[in-house]
Amino acid sequence: MDAIEVTDLTVAYQDRPVLWDVDLNVPPGNLMAIIGPNGAGKTTLIKSILGLVRPAAGQVLIYGKPYTQQRRLVGYVPQRGSVDWDFPTSVLDVVLMGRYGALGWIRRPGRQEFTLAMEALDKVGMQSFANRQIGQLSGGQQQRVFLARALVQDAQIYFMDEPFQGVDATTERAIVSLLQELRKAGKTVVVVHHDLQTVQEYFDWVTMLNVRRVASGPVAEVFSEHNLRLTYGGRVAFLRTNGGQPGSDLPHPESTSKITYP
Amino acid sequence: MDLLQLLNDLLFDYTLRTVALGAAAVGIVSGALGSFAVLRRQSLLGDAISHAALPGIVLAFLLTRSKEPIVLMLGAIAAGLTGTLLLIRIVGSTRIKYDSALGFILSVFFGLGLMLLTFVQRLPDASQAGLDKFLFGQAATLLQRDVVTMLVLGSIVFVLVAIFWKEFKLLTFDPEYASSQGFPVRGLDILLTTLLVVAIVIGLQAVGVVLMSAMVIAPAAAARQWTDRLGVMVTLAAVFGALSGVSGAVVSSYVPRLSTGPTIVLIICTIVLFSLLFAPNRGLLWAWGRRQRNRRQLRQESVLIDLYTLASQHDDFSHPHSAGVLQAMNVQQTDVTRCLRNLAARELVRPADDGWYLTLEGVEEARRLLRASDSSGSSRLSETAQEEYQL
Repeated sequence: MDAIEVTDLTVAYQDRPVLWDVDLNVPPGNLMAIIGPNGAGKTTLIKSILGLVRPAAGQVLIYGKPYTQQRRLVGYVPQRGSVDWDFPTSVLDVVLMGRYGALGWIRRPGRQEFTLAMEALDKVGMQSFANRQIGQLSGGQQQRVFLARALVQDAQIYFMDEPFQGVDATTERAIVSLLQELRKAGKTVVVVHHDLQTVQEYFDWVTMLNVRRVASGPVAEVFSEHNLRLTYGGRVAFLRTNGGQPGSDLPHPESTSKITYP
Repeated sequence: MDLLQLLNDLLFDYTLRTVALGAAAVGIVSGALGSFAVLRRQSLLGDAISHAALPGIVLAFLLTRSKEPIVLMLGAIAAGLTGTLLLIRIVGSTRIKYDSALGFILSVFFGLGLMLLTFVQRLPDASQAGLDKFLFGQAATLLQRDVVTMLVLGSIVFVLVAIFWKEFKLLTFDPEYASSQGFPVRGLDILLTTLLVVAIVIGLQAVGVVLMSAMVIAPAAAARQWTDRLGVMVTLAAVFGALSGVSGAVVSSYVPRLSTGPTIVLIICTIVLFSLLFAPNRGLLWAWGRRQRNRRQLRQESVLIDLYTLASQHDDFSHPHSAGVLQAMNVQQTDVTRCLRNLAARELVRPADDGWYLTLEGVEEARRLLRASDSSGSSRLSETAQEEYQL
């Protein structure tokens, strides 16, 4: 059974379609990148799978059942910029929030939750920051705190919205090794990704999106020059690369995204 | 007036005790709920709610001809909620932006309230007397039954905040994440907003419609300065609110014809001002000190590097160079000699007869600084500079 199964998903803001008739099947145990130009609907795709955006049409199944029945199986790492980091709370407190869903109403985090949270912080190398005010963290550290918060959810499927955005090299390496660890544990991870150069290195499954789904499948099969051209528009004549390795010396995708694919 | 006498009055004088208790309740509840409102960037919502409550008060009186506090407060709560829900509806279903909708709701409801108030005051019997105290607040007129109602409502608000503490915290920090975990964010939002409405309504009689928003914003703003924990912030805001409430009520009950609302608000604003200036870390004074320290460090680093540059043009690193040369290399540097003295205190340079020379540690430090600024944007030098610009 597929970990994620999306059928005919269509999302529109006012009368502008953001996602159009998207189908997606992700088998379990894969690291999948979602790539596509700005405004392609990458974040919207994640949010509508998580039920944060109401689709106009379509169906989303997590391990064969609707998301509302499978929440405990899903962990979420939103974009770092989506919250106010000046909020008066500590790193540990933010990570504990990952247990709130499992705790349910009213019950407070206890000893067990603290242990889990500290373990998660350890995994992202942030244990010594547990009592820091979150406003004192660097961008990379904030990202790692968000990752730790998702880790304590102990999910089967993780959705990460641009975890590599604006982080330092240390954090990027930490995230990559974390992704590999998750895959080893049989988890499925879906990552909104921007850096085409690292797609082949980091991921084994890729979805190329530009409002419509251009391609989706194993990186080796679908990450081709042809599909990239379809995703990012026609102006990518310089995509041709040495040794037939597509994407190995691509410009940053944002610079080619000015032309929207019809 | 001596303190003992005041304490005695507070405990045993019926009027003063009632008034102080009422004002304290107002301060505590609005401080605590205001913290959430401020953190959710809804500070001005409080203003709209309090103004929107006015027609509710007058209508409740017109319909029931009763001035029972619970009746008037329920009317205020109903009107405040109507205004808030209407606001949400306008923002959600039209292209009118939040701030415009807020101003619209505030003025329409307040206008309606004033109109009704004028109408009521022309009524032949005198039963309506005193409704206008809701405009500017008059704590001196608080009766025991008013205060009891306020305390009961306030306790309900407090218990609900305590029960849903975890959920409210998550809602305030990251509503989308809360939603992804299955919490009904819309429902929680409405609950928290309703509690804010109740908190505001509790304060209307003492502080008044016009100034009540200050009681929502100010204690929270002051409390945020002193702490980085939500729990402490909410507690502190409640304490600040209570403090200003009680002292404002006391002052205005001793001075004849002094409205309580403005007095309380001026006191809480003094607390805010003090907090903005003197709180550690976030206070302006603290930031100024940090900036001075950074500047001093930057100057020292640049003098050290200059001295290193001079020294590396000589065979002998311990050859002294005069402060005058260093001053010439740094036209903007105000006081090179003082920088050198500070560097000497850190054992990085040492004075000689005709100038200054680098110690071994000084050479190391200068090389480290140069390496750091060479290698990337993450140099210590530029980090300090970055912080400098942010301040």
